[in-house]
Amino acid sequence: MSPGRYLVTLALFALGAMAVPAHAATIQIVMENMVISPAEASAKVGDTIEWVNKDILAHTATAKNGDFDVTIAPKKAARSVLTKAGTVDYYCRFHPNMKAVLTITP
Amino acid sequence: MFVRLSIAVAALGVLTSAALAQGAKLTDPQIAHIAYTAGVIDINAAKQAESKASNKDVKAFAKDMARDHEAVNKQALDLVKKLKVTPEDNDTSKALSKQAADKLAELGKLKGAAYDKAYIDNEVAYHKTVNTALETQLIPSASNPELKSLLQTGLKIFQGHEQHAEHVAAGMK
Repeated sequence: MSPGRYLVTLALFALGAMAVPAHAATIQIVMENMVISPAEASAKVGDTIEWVNKDILAHTATAKNGDFDVTIAPKKAARSVLTKAGTVDYYCRFHPNMKAVLTITP
Repeated sequence: MFVRLSIAVAALGVLTSAALAQGAKLTDPQIAHIAYTAGVIDINAAKQAESKASNKDVKAFAKDMARDHEAVNKQALDLVKKLKVTPEDNDTSKALSKQAADKLAELGKLKGAAYDKAYIDNEVAYHKTVNTALETQLIPSASNPELKSLLQTGLKIFQGHEQHAEHVAAGMK
């Protein structure tokens, strides 16, 4: 391997390592037929929640304590990174009977 | 089937009962027309409520109804286009529209908290009636699987609306 290629490889490695920290996970939460599942999920600070809306309607994931408010278009997904620990009750602003809990540990 | 639906709907004691009890045997073009009409009725009621309601929960509910029923009706239109089905007007749709127009006029005369309560009570009753009709008549009668599936999706959504309406109504007492 030439020194140039070696450097490029090293640089790519470093980039990859920065983009995906080893400890962070992506957790999927699905909204389908007006139900959020799982109704109780747990994650860690730094994890990403992928909100998947399988319905033909728009939904939101709105934290009661104001920590997050994500709008998810019909048949689309949205992502949010968790920055604060706590037990967060959240609901859909458009369909307040859709409720769930997310427990975020430090 | 006809008798059972009539009893179920009559038991709810709502205005639209007569409309939905008519016509035991429905074709897909008629079912599509009834489902679409039922959506339009709730959108019109929601638009009236968006301008007339004073309670903020009632106003927000009305906004949700307009948004959701417009989304469902758009799906319905896309589906009938895809299936090359022309929705067909029928006695059930006509009776539904007539009763809805009367209800809209009746609600139009009310103001303030009296309007809010009458609107939300009607939304509870209306969604109950439509959901019963979907469950016992429209879904079982639909022959095209895609139409049946859209009606089933609609039922889940409208059951959510019924609960939401009940929740708003309970909060006003």
